[in-house]
Amino acid sequence: MNVSALDIMTLQTIALSKAPGGRFVSLADAIAQNVRDGDSVAMEGFTHLIPFAAGHEVIRQRRRHLTLIRMTPDLIYDQLIGMGCADKLVFSWGGNPGVGSLHRLRDAVENDWPGPLVLEEHSHAALANAYEAGAAGLPCAIFRGYLGAELKRVNPNIRSVQCPFTGEELAAVPAIRPDVAIIHAQKADREGNVLLEGIVGVQKEAVLAAKRAVVTVEELVDDFGARSPNAIILPSWTISAIAHVPGGAHPSYTHGYSKRDNGFYIAWDKIARERETFLAWMRDNVLNASRQVSA
Amino acid sequence: MSASLDFTPTEIMTIAAARTLRNEDVCFVGIGAPSAACNLARLTHAPNITLIYESGTIATRPNVLPLSIGDGELCETALTTCSVPEMFRYWLQGGRVTVGFLGGAQIDRYANLNTTVVGPYEKPSVRLPGGGGAPEIATHCGEIYITMAQSKRSFVERLDFVTSLGHGEGGDHRARLGVKTKGPTRLMTDLCIFEPDPVSREMIVVSIHPGISRANIDASTGWSVKYAAEVVETPPPTALELEVLRDLHARTHRAHAGS
Repeated sequence: MNVSALDIMTLQTIALSKAPGGRFVSLADAIAQNVRDGDSVAMEGFTHLIPFAAGHEVIRQRRRHLTLIRMTPDLIYDQLIGMGCADKLVFSWGGNPGVGSLHRLRDAVENDWPGPLVLEEHSHAALANAYEAGAAGLPCAIFRGYLGAELKRVNPNIRSVQCPFTGEELAAVPAIRPDVAIIHAQKADREGNVLLEGIVGVQKEAVLAAKRAVVTVEELVDDFGARSPNAIILPSWTISAIAHVPGGAHPSYTHGYSKRDNGFYIAWDKIARERETFLAWMRDNVLNASRQVSA
Repeated sequence: MSASLDFTPTEIMTIAAARTLRNEDVCFVGIGAPSAACNLARLTHAPNITLIYESGTIATRPNVLPLSIGDGELCETALTTCSVPEMFRYWLQGGRVTVGFLGGAQIDRYANLNTTVVGPYEKPSVRLPGGGGAPEIATHCGEIYITMAQSKRSFVERLDFVTSLGHGEGGDHRARLGVKTKGPTRLMTDLCIFEPDPVSREMIVVSIHPGISRANIDASTGWSVKYAAEVVETPPPTALELEVLRDLHARTHRAHAGS
């Protein structure tokens, strides 16, 4: 099991290094080239930097049977689930933050609309650890968790291991290794390196855990200029495709560029509550919206 | 007695929660009433309290309450912002947090919480958001404070699902599970304040808010409520507490409406 994971990593590195100059593409091409039916997809961004524009492109390209992975499904997965893109959801908190329910997620779980949705449910600590294990090339994550919690009764992927040194029983969950990670970031430089800052969530881990990585950015710059030596920068060779999509995180936000559109998050509750209003909104604002152009 | 001020049930719940926090606490904050309580404490008697939100923001001092745990306001006013794996591994699991604030859709007499489902897990009648950070917050923070509005629907004899551990089945159940932290030490509702019985760990009423009777509490609780030998009346909100809390909410409403 460990060997195959290493093989995948090696092949991935070779594949990336053999793609010179091909990283800057349109959003449509980035999704067409990297997201396939049946893929496991992690669109990450912990409230901040959620890649909405890329998620909308996945909906426009009518991808199907996806396994969607995300700590907080948020509106972006409410939209993908409601549009029938997903067979399975791996998540840890599925609400509209500060507002209430994700109605499309609920409709899928409670009423199988637009189709049944398999849930693999974890805690935040578990998924954060699982992304980190994926980035580290480990088969599983080990942490102190789920004590007295009932999720381990309903999720067979929550197991335990005994510490060989102390005998303590610790929680174990499989590493997350998505087919593709999709994130939004502040800047890409001309070499295709990507800088992100602010609330950085699990995006670095998700990109390094994934076989392929798609990044949308607010801004293209010649170089990053003065910055902290500890700035979070993903080197170009860790990224499969970059698309320039200003505002690509809306109604989430980009630190230094925009504010979270809390008004839209509140409005979404009414839009998504009924199937008809949801479908009308998606038709007017996603399916028939002019594609974001770029490169 | 001085003329009492008008206040809402939610206001006294939030103020009671704020009073419980200490200046030296490192507090893991949830959204809603906990966020208001923690920031009220910071703006009144606990100016140096360290507020941590699970988005990775450490020692944040928001001017308005965030709608989500990851609003820009939190990052912009924080001492530092770390990644989410670091937050859960080093800071929470590492034992750096003294107080965690939780709430839920359902609570039982041992302060176990359900935020996962109403009905059976496989076919729920209501699919709730789920646990998020709660399962590990409940066991890694030094102690847990809970704020919840009280009703028979939410204060139940038996949870539909145990999302996060309180005192389990009571007694030494936490210790038997290998948990070393205190668990829920205080539950603040819109009617009263509960604390765990020292032996059974059942949550019992120790303080009743002004104008509330035991009959009110009994009628809003799905189990047979026990009362401490000495039950006090919760001191009413002060003018300062109400003013700071209302200013905070007013700033917050203006900010979110304009966004």
